[in-house]
Amino acid sequence: MSHDHDHDDHHHHHDNHFSPMEARVRALETILTQKGLIDPKAIDAIVETYETKIGPRNGARVVAKAWAEPDFADWLKHDATAAIASLGYTGRQGEHMRAVFNDAETHNLVVCTLCSCYPWSVLGLPPVWYKAPAYRSRAVIDPRGVLAEFGVTLPEGRKIRVWDSTAELRYLVVPERPAGTDGLDQEALADLVTRDAMIGTGLALEPEAEA
Amino acid sequence: MNGPHDLGGQHGFGPVAPEPNEPYFHGDWEKRALGVTLSCGAFGAWTIDESRHARENIPPATYLSASYYEIWIRALETLLARHGFVSAEELSTGRMLEKGAVPKRVLTADMVPAVLAKGGPCDRPVATPPRFAAGARVRTRNFNPTTHTRLPRYARGKVGVVEAVQGSFVFPDDNAHGRGENPEWVYTVVFDGGEIWGEDAADGLTVSIDAWESYLEPL
Repeated sequence: MSHDHDHDDHHHHHDNHFSPMEARVRALETILTQKGLIDPKAIDAIVETYETKIGPRNGARVVAKAWAEPDFADWLKHDATAAIASLGYTGRQGEHMRAVFNDAETHNLVVCTLCSCYPWSVLGLPPVWYKAPAYRSRAVIDPRGVLAEFGVTLPEGRKIRVWDSTAELRYLVVPERPAGTDGLDQEALADLVTRDAMIGTGLALEPEAEA
Repeated sequence: MNGPHDLGGQHGFGPVAPEPNEPYFHGDWEKRALGVTLSCGAFGAWTIDESRHARENIPPATYLSASYYEIWIRALETLLARHGFVSAEELSTGRMLEKGAVPKRVLTADMVPAVLAKGGPCDRPVATPPRFAAGARVRTRNFNPTTHTRLPRYARGKVGVVEAVQGSFVFPDDNAHGRGENPEWVYTVVFDGGEIWGEDAADGLTVSIDAWESYLEPL
């Protein structure tokens, strides 16, 4: 190795500069590209879609509309796939949607104990914790302990329903509408709907707590 | 299969610990892993069920210490080799050595919006009416197949109530192994916490699964 070719020279990338997974994925993409089996620009387009176009704002708009329009809430309850599609949110990992509504009696919590099933069309890509063993193992047996780690304490006597996404149905939790939000339009209401509230690991924000 | 993926009710994994700012990706390789996995899925060479089973077959010690994108990539390598697209030798050398199998389609950038917006619906008609109606009491089967199933261990041999008939869907236990889609009715079945977790069950807890008809027996 020549003196001008040391490991601090970031213009030269050698395989041994990569972590094992970086090297592994890079090798796989190289082979598949050489074979004409993948289009690197398609990968860019997929990543851009989930970084900028499909995320929890979709779901927040669904919830806000359900809070504001009883007819829409009713449609969402009975045919979530169609009601959500009416807002333009369709497709991969949102083909068969169900909406479950929190109320004064029951809090809903969604998990996939077997893999990482998640409603991508309304929430985007799942967070790391949703896919990791701690959440997947405990949500079904210790939901209050899990909620406490998210800073959520339910009122005394509130029942908990855990939905394990074992088939192809994807669940969206509709949190309770906070008090003091009567005058807000749907975009302002959507600002109160966090991603965690739509998984069930959070509650909708109070208006004054809004970031 | 009773694999490392079937996590419901296990102890010892610690707190949930969300990351402070939760980036979608941790390094560029996770972006490429997502894109490569979805691009190869578009070949049409395997189903989502076969794909899930490939992930479940990762050895337990590896599965439980891997990030989810690592799980995806390890399973993808298995699928690519199984279906003749990339050989084990190519994977180990990181170079193309032979042309390999030809997919039904190659996902190009212009196709991405339509493909993602369409997804992969897996509802299918079945000729017979649902065996169970909402309100029916059922017992889940107690089985331990070494092959793919979506009936988690914690919910086997348990008594629950059918809450809803959710439509009819491809049966993953067959489809994952190339035995056809063989659609069945799917039901949301609710269990009392005590039925599953016994005397240690949390107060006021119910847990539901979505169960294919052949997972259920009438009571």
